[in-house]
Amino acid sequence: MELIKHAVAGTVESSDIMVTVEPTNQQAITIDLDSSVEKQFGKQIRAVIQETLTKLGVQAAKITAIDKGALDCTIQARVITAVYRSAGKENYDWKEISSWNA
Amino acid sequence: MERLRRTMMFVPGANPAMLRDAPLYGADSIMFDLEDAVSLKEKDSARLLVHNALKTVDFSNTETVVRINALEDGGDQDIEAVVTAGVNVVRLPKTERAEDIVEVAKVITDVEERYGIEVGRTKMMAAIESAEGVMNAREIALASDRLIGIALGAEDYVTNMKTRRYPNGQELFFARNMILHAARIAGIAAIDTVYSDVENTEGFQAEVTLIKQLGFDGKSVINPRQIPLVNAIYAPTEKEIQNAKEVIWGIREAEAKGSGVISVNGKMVDKPIVERAERVIALAKAAKLITEEDI
Repeated sequence: MELIKHAVAGTVESSDIMVTVEPTNQQAITIDLDSSVEKQFGKQIRAVIQETLTKLGVQAAKITAIDKGALDCTIQARVITAVYRSAGKENYDWKEISSWNA
Repeated sequence: MERLRRTMMFVPGANPAMLRDAPLYGADSIMFDLEDAVSLKEKDSARLLVHNALKTVDFSNTETVVRINALEDGGDQDIEAVVTAGVNVVRLPKTERAEDIVEVAKVITDVEERYGIEVGRTKMMAAIESAEGVMNAREIALASDRLIGIALGAEDYVTNMKTRRYPNGQELFFARNMILHAARIAGIAAIDTVYSDVENTEGFQAEVTLIKQLGFDGKSVINPRQIPLVNAIYAPTEKEIQNAKEVIWGIREAEAKGSGVISVNGKMVDKPIVERAERVIALAKAAKLITEEDI
C-alpha cells in the first residue's frame, strides 16, 4: 500500500497507542517508539508494528508510536487504521484483515 | 435452554481499555457500539478495534453484540467487519419497519456467503426508538429468523413523542408493552432501555423491578455497577426456587412412571407452569443460588 500523507490513529489514553505514519523517501521503515512499558514490551510492540506494515505491503515509512500499554490487537488495529488513512483508502480489505491473527 | 439476557452492557467501540475489560463484569451480553458512541471521524478505527477485540479477547460464554450504523452511514462496512470476526449478534439502531431488518439480513447473508461462514450463524436484534417503530413492533419482531430480540431505545423515543423521561416511567408504558407483546409473539427476547443516571441506585432499582414485573428478559446497562443490581432483582426468591424444584422433580417422577398428568403438592402442573419453573431454575443457577446437583 502506498503512503500518501501524514496520518494518525489512536489516542494516548491508557491501554491505547497513538500511531503516526508518514511517507518517506528512504527505502526503509523507521519506528520511533515511546512506551510506558518499553523495558518489558518494547521489542514486542515494534515487532507487531513491523509485522502489520509488512502484511499491508508497506516497505517505506516513518512511524512514530506513543504507547500506553496497548494490547497487540489494539496496536495492530491502530497501525492498520493509520496506514489506510495515510493511503487515502476508505474501503477496508476485510477478507485480508480477517485472515490475520490479531 | 434459552440464553439468559438479564443485562446487556453498552461499551463504546472506540475505547480499547473498555473493550479489553468488558468481559470482566459478568454481563450476560456485551454490546459494542459503533453508532452513537463513536464520532464520525473515528468510525474506521472503531470498526478495526472491535473486529480485533472480537477475534482476540476471551468473551467465554458472554454473548457479543455490535450496534452498527445505518446501512447508508457505513453500516455495510460495520457488518463486514464484525461478521468476519465472529460476532454473535448484529444490532440495528432506530428500526422502524420490517424492511429495515430484511435489508440488513440480506447484507449479512451476502457477507456470510462471501466468506464461507454458515448462513444464518450471525443473529440480529433491533432497537425500536420511535412511534413508527413501536407501532410496527410485531412486524419487526417477525421479520427474520435471525432475530433473537428487540429492545426499546427510550431517549430517541421520548423525544419523538414530545416528552422526556420521568421517574415513574409512565411515558414508556405503551412502548414497553408493545415491544413485549411483539417479542412474545415472535418468541424472542425483550430488552429494556438504558437508565442513564448511574448515581441514582434507587431509581434504577425501581425501574428494573418494574420491567421485570412487566416481563422483560433484561435491561440495557451503561455502567458495570448496574449489573449486580439487575442480577439481584432478577434472582428468584428461596420460595420460588423451592416451588420450581418441586415442579421439575414432579415432571421427572411423572415421566418415570409414564404418567401424563403431573401434580405437585395437590396442584395440577401444566405447560406454562413448567416453563416458568425452568426459567426460575435458570435464573437461580445464573445467580449461583443453586448448582446443577441441587436439581
